[in-house]
Formats: sequence, C-alpha cells, structure tokens
Amino acid sequence: MSRESRAEVRPLVLDHVTKTFAGRHEKVVAVDDVSLTIEPGASVALVGASGSGKSTIGGMVTGAARPTSGTVTYGDLAVHRLRAGGLRRYHHDVQMVFQDPYGALNPLHTVGYAVARPSRNFLGLSVHEADQRVRQLLEQVGLTPAAQFAPKLPHQLSGGQRQRVVIARALACDPGFIVADEPVSMLDVSLRAGVLRLLAELRESRGLSLLYITHDLLSARVVTDQILVLNEGRIVESGATKDVLQHPSDPYTVRLLDAIPNPFAA
Amino acid sequence: MTALLSARGVNVAYEPARGQRIWSVRDVDLDLAEGEFVGLVGESGCGKSTLGYALTRMLRPPARLIGGRIEFAGTDISTLDGEQLRRQRRNGFALVLQSGMNALNPVRSVAHHFQDVLRAHARPDEDWKRAAVHERGAELLGKVRLSSDVLGRYPHELSGGMRQRVSIALALALQPQLIVFDEPTTALDVVVQHAVMETIQELQRANGFTALLISHDLGVVLEATDRILVMYAGRIVEDQPSGDLLTGRHHPYTEALLGCYADPRAETVTLGGITGAPPDLSLEGEGCPFAPRCPIVEDYNRQVLPTLAPLGRGRAACHVRTREAAEKGVTGVA
Repeated sequence: MSRESRAEVRPLVLDHVTKTFAGRHEKVVAVDDVSLTIEPGASVALVGASGSGKSTIGGMVTGAARPTSGTVTYGDLAVHRLRAGGLRRYHHDVQMVFQDPYGALNPLHTVGYAVARPSRNFLGLSVHEADQRVRQLLEQVGLTPAAQFAPKLPHQLSGGQRQRVVIARALACDPGFIVADEPVSMLDVSLRAGVLRLLAELRESRGLSLLYITHDLLSARVVTDQILVLNEGRIVESGATKDVLQHPSDPYTVRLLDAIPNPFAA
Repeated sequence: MTALLSARGVNVAYEPARGQRIWSVRDVDLDLAEGEFVGLVGESGCGKSTLGYALTRMLRPPARLIGGRIEFAGTDISTLDGEQLRRQRRNGFALVLQSGMNALNPVRSVAHHFQDVLRAHARPDEDWKRAAVHERGAELLGKVRLSSDVLGRYPHELSGGMRQRVSIALALALQPQLIVFDEPTTALDVVVQHAVMETIQELQRANGFTALLISHDLGVVLEATDRILVMYAGRIVEDQPSGDLLTGRHHPYTEALLGCYADPRAETVTLGGITGAPPDLSLEGEGCPFAPRCPIVEDYNRQVLPTLAPLGRGRAACHVRTREAAEKGVTGVA
C-alpha cells in the first residue's frame, strides 16, 4: 500500500476533560478533569477497574462521546466539536478495536467484506484494489492463506481469528491512531499472546499511536511503553509502564497488581 | 478421604438434528473427594463446561451423556430422571453458571429467586412463607457478603460482581455437598474477580462442601484449588496437586498453558502462547490429540492415544513424559 494514503500521525491531547452522566438521583462523574497527551507513535495503556472511566475516555478519543467540559484535540483538529462529516474524516485517522470480537463483526457479511469496506470508503479503492488490500491485510494479521479466510463468515472463525479480522479492519483505512478497548479480554489465555504480539508489531512497523485500554496489567506491560492508572475517573498514577508496575506509588495501583491471579508473582 | 463423586467412562456427544455428532467429552474418569477443591482448566471448546454439566446432570439436547457411570454419594445419578433427580439436588449438587450475571430472571426480584428455589425443593413439613424466605435469603446473602437490602432489588440494579454473588447464594440455598462453579468470574474485572474468588474460598473452607472450579484461567484456578485437572479435546490430560504444577515436568499442554502467564513486574516479560488450534472434535483423530501443537511430539504419539499414567504425585497422558518418568525411576536420578 502506498504511503501517500497514510494519514499523518499527530499528537492526541485531552485537556481538562470531564464527562458526567445524568443518573436517576444524582450526576455520575465518569471522567473527572483528565489531561493527557499521546505523542505520535506512542503506545499508552489506560488501566483501571470496571467503572473507572477508561472506556469513556476511549469513547471521547474516537469521537463517539463528547466531553461535558474540556477539549479533545488531534493535531489541530478539535475532536469534541466534530459532527457527522468531520467525524467520518476523523475516522480515517483514528480507528477502534473493540472488546468483543463476537459482537463487532456483522454475522451476515464475510471477512473479506468487513475488511474491504473501510478500504473502499476511506481510501476510495476500486473493487479489484480493495480485494488485493484485503489479502495483504489478512496476511499481515496472520490469517493465511488469505484467499481461504476472505470468503468466510464470522461464525466460521474462532475468537482469536475474529479478533484478528477486527484488527485487520481497523488497519484497513491506514489510520495513524488506534484505540484498542480490552482487545484480548474475551479470548482464551492461550490466544492472547498472539494477538498482543500482533498489535505490538503492527504499531512498530506502521509507526502508529496506540491507546490500549485494559484492566490486565500483564498485557499492558507487553504492549505499551507508558501507562496511566485511572481510578474513579481520575488519573492516579502515570509513567513508564515498567517503572510504574515495578514501583507503584498509588495504593490503587498496588491493589490492581495484587488482584492479578498470577502463579508466578512473588 | 472417600469419594463424594466418582465418574467412570463419561462420554458426552452433541447430536444436532442435522450435521455431525461432535464428541465433547471422551472417556473421563474422575473422583472428587469429600471437601476437596478441584480445578478444571482448558481452552474454549475443550469440553470442560460440558463435563461440569454432565456431572450435575444439567445436559440438555442436543448434548447427550453416552455410557459411563456417575456415582454421587453412593448413588448412580447418571440414569436418574424427573422426581428422583430433583430429590438428589436437595442437599446434593448445585451448579453456578458462567453467565451467572444473565442467569437471573430480569423481571423477578432477588427475593423471588430465593423463593423459587426454596419452594421448589421444600420438604413436606416446610412452608416457605414470605417472611421465612426473606430471613433465609438474608442469611444466604450475608454468606456471600451482600446486605439484605439486595433482596428487594432486581438483577439490573446490581453490578456484575453482585449478580455473581447472588447466583452463588442461590446455589448455597439447598446446602449442597458439591458445587460446580462454571467460570464464575470470567466476565468480571480483576479486582472484583479477586474478591469473588476470596468469597468462594472462604465459603468452601467454612462449609466444607466439595467444589469443582471450571475456568480457562489457570492463574485463578492455581490460587484457589487443591488439585487441578487439565482438559484437552474432551479428555483429561493431566491431574496434579495444584502446588506441584509450578515445578517439575508436566504434560506439554499444561506447560504451554503455564507459559501464558508472567509477572508484569518482572525485569523482562515474554508472553508465550500456543500456536495452532485444538482439533476438530467431529473427526475421529488418531494418536495424541495434542500432537499437532506439541513441541516434544514423536512419531509414535501421532499413532497411539496416550492414557493417564503416573507422573510426579499425579498423572498425565503423555507418552514422552511417562517414558521420562520411567527412565528416571530406573536410573534413580531425581
């Protein structure tokens, strides 16, 4: 694929972002005054327990949700102000890998269709070109021989294979930034390493930025260089992934580390 | 210790109306001692949940128990039906479902769930009036660390962890001697998972019931259980005391599963995985089912199916490991 179609990777900045939801009795503050910067090519983990606000941040980064206050910018683009047309163009740059590979693929469409669609929509490829691109992408995510996988329907694939299709689809429009929200939590432990390795390799070879949302500190360690620990909507700790995990300073990070069922933990 | 549950030659097949028969559980022999906490691990589709369902007689068509004998407290339950089976469930065995979160009826309050269980299995001399149900429900919820306020709530008003706790409390309602937990924490985040597992372990220690914990997460199982069964392609391929699993040689599949874990705090972290996929269970394969993915496979293994043979303090179904163990025995080298 020609490099010209590659979107330029830009820094993503959240500046004093707050997101509140109206609850039945009171306002729920899901994200509380969060500021962060993801430099081009950086790989950043956003970790925290359920309800800590990590997926809400992911939603605001992809433009699926709007902050109640504060700004989200990608380069000089104000993401929090985008409407339909602008959002569509933005999704050429920023793509999402979802948690549930079973729910993220239309069961009635083939793998080839799922991956070809964004290539045609965003890159304007012809049917023939899109076919070639599908083959390239499927091979890149390890679904070989691609010709065998392209005509398959999602139910004919295992969970790990489906998640690879979701990743191939996210890469199809050659984005500069990927938000992966718990991409391996629904997969068997034995398949996780393969998908994580794939994400890490793709990020390096394509130089794209990655926001990796998870509650699994082990996978965060494998995939990312920087980590942000989120508790009740606030960033309680941040730094280089290895440093933070080896020397956690916030009690919440310690609790997360202690909760991992890890036969090899000291 | 005497065996509370003893299964011999258990086979389960899925027999769809159209299409091929799929062997999900093959020739499983299994003993659970009274008060023992046993883990059952394996990848998706290895038959571990199906085996759990078979042992508690919860299989529904198209799944069918074919042959085999399941003795529970001296009674063969594999052939029991209807009322007889229902009577066994009282003080007998219970199953906590994987989708415990979805296993609750969304239009019934938690109290109503307790009422259903208690009334359905009431002895003739028992009368579960509203007040009695509430009292017993509150007591059971207390055991799983929930307040009695939860009785008046509906499932959608509870968090995932709370719903799973309610399912566990419901399983305790009939004071079972055996509880099978099928992936009780899979959909929960790490912190909640940790708390629910602690509760399960406390309950097991306090009440002394026998527990079978089914999970794809070897890490969770290792922490909680006394003994671990590893299942692959419908067969049990290893049976070891949990404490022994981290040392010594094991079935290459067990070793590969262990390789999927690492300490995130370590200096360097490499994560192993298992290449390839489990075999298609609708085909009758020859030899060791793990052979195509096995790093230590030998020609012989592709032809002859290994059976469980002594390894360490437990057993494993691997020709190579069995031979190594025998050689060590002969030469006396530890």
